Amino acid sequence: MNVLVAMSGGVDSSVAAALLKEQGHRVLGATLKLLRQETGFGCCGSTRDIDDARAVCSTLGMPHYVLDFADDFQKNILDPFVNSYLSGETPNPCIACNRFIKFDALLKKAIALGADAVATGHYAQIDVREENGKTVRRLRRAVDLNKDQTYVLYHLGQAELSQLLFPIGGMTKPEVRDAARRFNLKTAEKDESMEICFVPNADTAGFIKSRGEGQPVPSLSIGPIKDLTGKRIGEHRGVAYYTRGQRSGLGLSIGRPAYVVDIDPATNTLFVGEDEEGASGEAEVREVVWSTGNPPQGPVRCSVQIRSRHAAALAVVTSTGTLAHVRFDIPQRAVAPGQSAVFYDGDLVIGGGILLRSVPVGRQERTNGNDSV
Amino acid sequence: MKPIYFDNNATTPVRAEVFEAMAPFLAPDGGFGNPSSLHTLGQQAHAAMESSREKVAALLGVADPGEIVFTSCGTEADNMAVIGAAFAHREKGRHLITSAVEHHAVLHACDYLEKEHGFQVTYLPVDRFGRVSPNDLRGALRPDTLLVSIMAANNEMGTIEPIQELGAICRSAGVLFHTDAVQSAGKVPLKLKDCPVDLAAISGHKLYGPKGIGALYIRRGVQLHALLHGGAHEKNRRAGTENVPGAVGLGAACAVALKEMSTDEPRVRKMRDRLETGLMERIPFVFLNGHPTERLGNTTNLTFDAVEGESLVLALDQAGFTLKNDALPGLEVSTGSACASGLLEPSHVLKAIGVPMERIHGSVRFSLGHFNTEADIDTALDIIPKVVDRLRSLSPIWEDRQKEKV
Repeated sequence: MNVLVAMSGGVDSSVAAALLKEQGHRVLGATLKLLRQETGFGCCGSTRDIDDARAVCSTLGMPHYVLDFADDFQKNILDPFVNSYLSGETPNPCIACNRFIKFDALLKKAIALGADAVATGHYAQIDVREENGKTVRRLRRAVDLNKDQTYVLYHLGQAELSQLLFPIGGMTKPEVRDAARRFNLKTAEKDESMEICFVPNADTAGFIKSRGEGQPVPSLSIGPIKDLTGKRIGEHRGVAYYTRGQRSGLGLSIGRPAYVVDIDPATNTLFVGEDEEGASGEAEVREVVWSTGNPPQGPVRCSVQIRSRHAAALAVVTSTGTLAHVRFDIPQRAVAPGQSAVFYDGDLVIGGGILLRSVPVGRQERTNGNDSV
Repeated sequence: MKPIYFDNNATTPVRAEVFEAMAPFLAPDGGFGNPSSLHTLGQQAHAAMESSREKVAALLGVADPGEIVFTSCGTEADNMAVIGAAFAHREKGRHLITSAVEHHAVLHACDYLEKEHGFQVTYLPVDRFGRVSPNDLRGALRPDTLLVSIMAANNEMGTIEPIQELGAICRSAGVLFHTDAVQSAGKVPLKLKDCPVDLAAISGHKLYGPKGIGALYIRRGVQLHALLHGGAHEKNRRAGTENVPGAVGLGAACAVALKEMSTDEPRVRKMRDRLETGLMERIPFVFLNGHPTERLGNTTNLTFDAVEGESLVLALDQAGFTLKNDALPGLEVSTGSACASGLLEPSHVLKAIGVPMERIHGSVRFSLGHFNTEADIDTALDIIPKVVDRLRSLSPIWEDRQKEKV
């Protein structure tokens, strides 16, 4: 088979490439150039990841290319990321990148170049079964549950899943590192990156500020912090810098821990309260996709994961066209608009979408009426 | 399967004659001397440098080898001409003239002078074939113009500029004239001593010499500031211990070029023409960028409508992968200039000749060379239509084009 391996320069995609090569596939390595980086004196302009990916390909004796998706990335990830923060949301740019770049633009390009499939170093598995005489594919959580990345891949449909390979989805991270050592890959001991790849020094606030300045929104200016009775108890730097469930950085001394319960971008107001008051029992989800392509008829019992490190919670999900309604068995804290809600049947992904709104318990009666979120 | 190399404007392989000439100066027990040393070993190195200088002068048609200064590359030679002239003649004025299709070695040097040193630069437009108009140059000259820099031939399209005429205008106006001859040297005869040219830059690795060596022709009497300051090397014009093996290689490459140009140029041109016509016959919606006749014999720049240049370059390089046939060789070509590739910046050259943006992205440069054979052309004419066909069959833009036709 002809396979194009998307290589980030990390150990996971390096091993994915090595395994496919070992299995005898015709393999091409590709690293995506996503940023129009300024380089030159006095700025780091690191291309280390690209160099690492190239070095791994050279070790494996396979070709490597750098593919430029900077324009697509700017349009579909960077700008929406900044705008989402400015409107008081907490976006997940990795999901957007997977959806618009890796498994759309790159996949199309790979197929045009003659690839039968694209492989990545994601920790995820693809479950294939026959249902009513048709082959149906679903994402299955990785064997290594600590590393599972199905949350950032939920939008993959039947067409994409039939053209994807996740060679390390059945391995644990230590096994992946062992394999990298066995293949003598330069990236075997390389640290993992946990930060957002395009935000320098993990300073999201600084990034939003530098990109968002000049936009006609109040969310970057000083505004009031209110308690849940509506009393002003302090000041914040602009709602764009905060996310629901956040505890630190509020600068309040009210004798007990205060959590961000709700964000109102229209009035640039931050509402704080007890942790439990920030929990939401229900949520609306937008841009909903269903893995089989068909929305379920009626409510579906499943578990719903609402951020990367969240243990999926039991819920009932009801499809309402491109939206879905989620009712959790137990209210969940920090249900942050902009993050994704992914629906699981056991360890199989059945669908998901982007959190549109949820009303925290502590804000419920007050928002029924004029002050809607 | 050995790949077919059609990217000779990016760089060329070192010819055997060049390699052999250089070898004694790189060998562990070889002529490693410093040309500035007084002892025998130094004198041998010095003699080798001077002999090479003569060969470079001969290729450029220069009477006095003393007018040749070795540099580390074509970019350094261009920088030395543009920046060195600007600094040396700033009392005359602050104005330079160049064209919109120059190599970045000239454009970015001009940009630097504008941004950091308060010079003014006029960028002359070009016609749809990439030629600068002598009338435009006349109109742009000012009393404070100190330098005009126009390339001899364009690296992306091969278009040859009317250097003789442009130089004559400068000469009669008393303005220095520099030409970036990096792509011309070795491909077309140059007789700089009979040309109204004051400065000319060349590069070793574009004419089957090694990388890391270039040269600047500086007409006797022309004042420049040096870029590098240190020892009295190159008669105080370029400090730094001489790259003896590189200079020897450049000299050898120039000698081979001078000897073979008259037979090699028509042979390469014939292959280029067969490739160009063959592709245009076999593939619909292909357009030539550059001048139909006033053009280097080795270069063809084609736009493949509804194809992304980056994908085409990659698919040709991996023809065996793309067409699922391991017996096929890769074809090595490029989109525009290698120096700018990897950036997907739309080519400033194609922009300047008015190619619409979507067509710029579908443009690919084929630059042939000494080592290409008629068999290469046969293979290319077999592979390229298939690859273009495949890319188009998956292109939504191509689908729209087909509908437009109906």
